[in-house]
Parts: sequence; C-alpha cells; structure tokens
Amino acid sequence: MQQPTLQDAPGPTRDSDGAELIACPSCDAIYRVQVPPKGGKAVCARCKTVLIRPRRKAGLRIIALTLAITILVTAAVFFPFLEIHAAGMGNRTSLLDIATSFRSGILVLVSVSTVSMIVLIPLLRTALLLYVLVPVVFDRPPARHAREAFRLSQVIKPWAMTEIFAIGCAVALVKISDLARLDFGPAFWMFCLLVVIVVVNDAYMCTWSVWKSLEDRA
Amino acid sequence: MITARDAGLVACRSCASVWPQDQATCGRCGARLQSRDTGSLQRVWAWWAAGVICYIPANATPMLITRTLVTKQDNTIVGGAVEIAKHGDVLIALVVLVASVMIPVGKFLAIAYLALTLRRGTVQSAHGRQVLYEVVDFIGRWSMIDVFVVAILSALVQLSVVASIRPGPAALTFALSVIFTMLSAQSFDSRLIWDEAQLDGPDTPLPDLDTEPAAPRPDQPQGETS
Ligand SMILES: [Zn+2]
Ligand SMILES: [Zn+2]
Repeated sequence: MQQPTLQDAPGPTRDSDGAELIACPSCDAIYRVQVPPKGGKAVCARCKTVLIRPRRKAGLRIIALTLAITILVTAAVFFPFLEIHAAGMGNRTSLLDIATSFRSGILVLVSVSTVSMIVLIPLLRTALLLYVLVPVVFDRPPARHAREAFRLSQVIKPWAMTEIFAIGCAVALVKISDLARLDFGPAFWMFCLLVVIVVVNDAYMCTWSVWKSLEDRA
Repeated sequence: MITARDAGLVACRSCASVWPQDQATCGRCGARLQSRDTGSLQRVWAWWAAGVICYIPANATPMLITRTLVTKQDNTIVGGAVEIAKHGDVLIALVVLVASVMIPVGKFLAIAYLALTLRRGTVQSAHGRQVLYEVVDFIGRWSMIDVFVVAILSALVQLSVVASIRPGPAALTFALSVIFTMLSAQSFDSRLIWDEAQLDGPDTPLPDLDTEPAAPRPDQPQGETS
C-alpha cells in the first residue's frame, strides 16, 4: 500500500484508490474488502478466521429466532420442566428453582451467577439484539445508542450459557438415575428446542454486516 | 500480506474496521482502539493465577452432599467420578473426569504455554497456536456444566428424608475457577502470536479479501438473490 489516505470525512481509513479495508481481529492482517455472495464467506488468508459471512434474509431470521429465544427462556423460568419421583414422593422444578438452589451462606454467589448465566444474560442479549436489528431490518435509521447496545451484546455473548445448561440437565439425569425416577415436563422439550435455536441463531449472525449496516444507515 | 500495525494503522477488534494509528476510539462501533493490547499478558497471568488458586480447593472440598435414608455422602469432583465408575457407568465417569479435570488442567497448561511462547519463541507454527487459542477460548465456558449439574440436583432432589442433595463449597470455588480462566483466555491478545512471523514490507499492495461462494445446494437454482 502506498499511502493510507487520511480523509477529511470521519470514516474508516481506505486504500489509496478508495477501497474499503478490513482487518482480521485475530492476527491484524488487512485486506481490501470483498463481500462474498450470500451464503458464502470471506476468510483471513493468514489465520483462517472467518471475517464476513452474509446469509440470505439473515436479519429477518435472526429477529424471528431471537424472539423465539426470549419466549422460551421466559417460559422455562416459570414452568417446572424436570420432575422426580422416589418412594412415593415427588418434586418438580423450574429454571427459577434451579438458579436459586444455592441458598446457604457464601454459596448464594453461585446462585447469582447461575441466574445471570442461564436467564438474565441470555434475555439481556436477546433484548439488545432486537433493539439493534429491528430498525435496521425494517429500513429505519438505527435506534439511539444502537452501537453501544450491539457492542454490549457481543461482549456478553460468552456469558450466555443456555445451551451448556441444557447439556447439564442431561448429565444430572444420569447422575441420579439410581436414586429416583425422573420425568421431563413439556418445558424440557421446549428447552431442547431452545438450544437448537441458539446455535442456529449464532450461525446467522455476521457481525461485520451488522456494523456495516448500522454505519450506512446512521 | 501486511498487518494494520505495519501499515501505520490500527484495527478495531470489535468490528474489524481500520483507522489511523493515533485514533483512540473506533468511529464505526465506538470500541477503544489499541494496536497491541500492552496490558494483555499481565491480565492473562493475573486471571490465570486466580483460576489456579480457586481450582485447588475446588478439588479438595466436597462438590455434592447427598443424604438418603441410610447414608450421608460427601463427594469431591474426582470422588464423584469414581463413585459413578463403581456403579459400572465407566463411560459417564470418563465424561465427568474429562469435563472437570482434564479440560480445566489442559486450559491452564495451554494458556501458560501460549503466554510463555510469546517471549521465548517456539517451533510450533503461529497457526497451530492460534488454533490452540481458539479451542481454549471455545471450550472454557463448557466447564460451567458441573456447576449447573450441582444446581439442578440441589433444586430437584429435595424429597424430605428419603433423599436430598446439597451443594458443597467446591461449587463456588469451581465456578470461580471457570470464570477466572475464561477471563484469562479473553484477556489474551491473539495478534501477539502472529507478530514475529515474517511478512511483506509496508510497500506491498494490499491483497483482496478471499471469498468463497456458498456451497451449491441442489434444491436451489444458482444466482437466486433475495
Ligand atoms: Zn487473520
Ligand atoms: Zn470498531
């Protein structure tokens, strides 16, 4: 590159001929942006990190899936979805019971982080994504503070652990199989569905495209 | 191939846009810009040490306290796995051991290795270390599964005198250890791995980004757009 052009406009730096640049967050290599066709992907030639991955109708799909996640998590909070029976006695439990099961002393801290990781952070993240994406998808100017909201949603992403919790349910079942008989409430299957939706939703999300459209519409 | 730093620029790790080197915040997403995260290694080691310190009591104290009509049992993580193996579920016992012992210990070793080889150099390729870093970063959250299992069991198994399960102190120290290790991995600036690698001089023209088309799907005609 000859001279990175420092333009007067407060946009990102461009190549000398005005081509937009993209930097790999993992290895710092820079490229001239080439947007792949829908369904394709653009990969860093140096470290193989996927940089751009546009999907057909991604915005609408993410909104639909995110709404579904919001509804399912909220439902799982209140409806009992695991049930056990032993010696004529039974107990059923909802997500809220599980999240607050560490009641004694310092273990309350574990309750707080469990509630956060399986209920609060996932719900906060869906709220942020809807707030950011709905105006963009319906061709409106971005919502106020949309940048901060989307950045926060990216920061908290590793701490939203619904899918890990669902696998935890399966392990718990095996562990007590000789102690008691265990039944799944209908909400348990809702929860399995939730895990699938979380995974599919993340596959549709191309952060570069979201940032780009936030910038273009601002 | 050329890095943003060599070109006199700074890249935003949050949105991948590129800015002049002296710019402090990203104009596209508002994130703080740093060509290399200079405090990265200190934070990696601080969180790493906190994680290791919490992992010791997590293994020495009980994770689960099970009461039935006739017995009261305190199980540490390893003790619980041995118990399961004695019941004949060797496979499940292995899964528990892998998730709560091999993965945490492997993460500690991997992070230490990545941080140490930045200074001392290594024969392993940068790409190999990048893959190792991505694996550590991906797998870290999954160790929380143990804490969730304890939470599920303590909430569910409350059958008055017949059987009850309570969490032990290891639930807290184990959770903290997982959280600290995640923070340690997140603090690591993976761009440091690539810095010694030989690159083209700053005057080379920038390459275009490689793109791959969508995998062809038989049910959809090519070229369709929406
Ligand atoms: Zn890269
Ligand atoms: Zn940015």
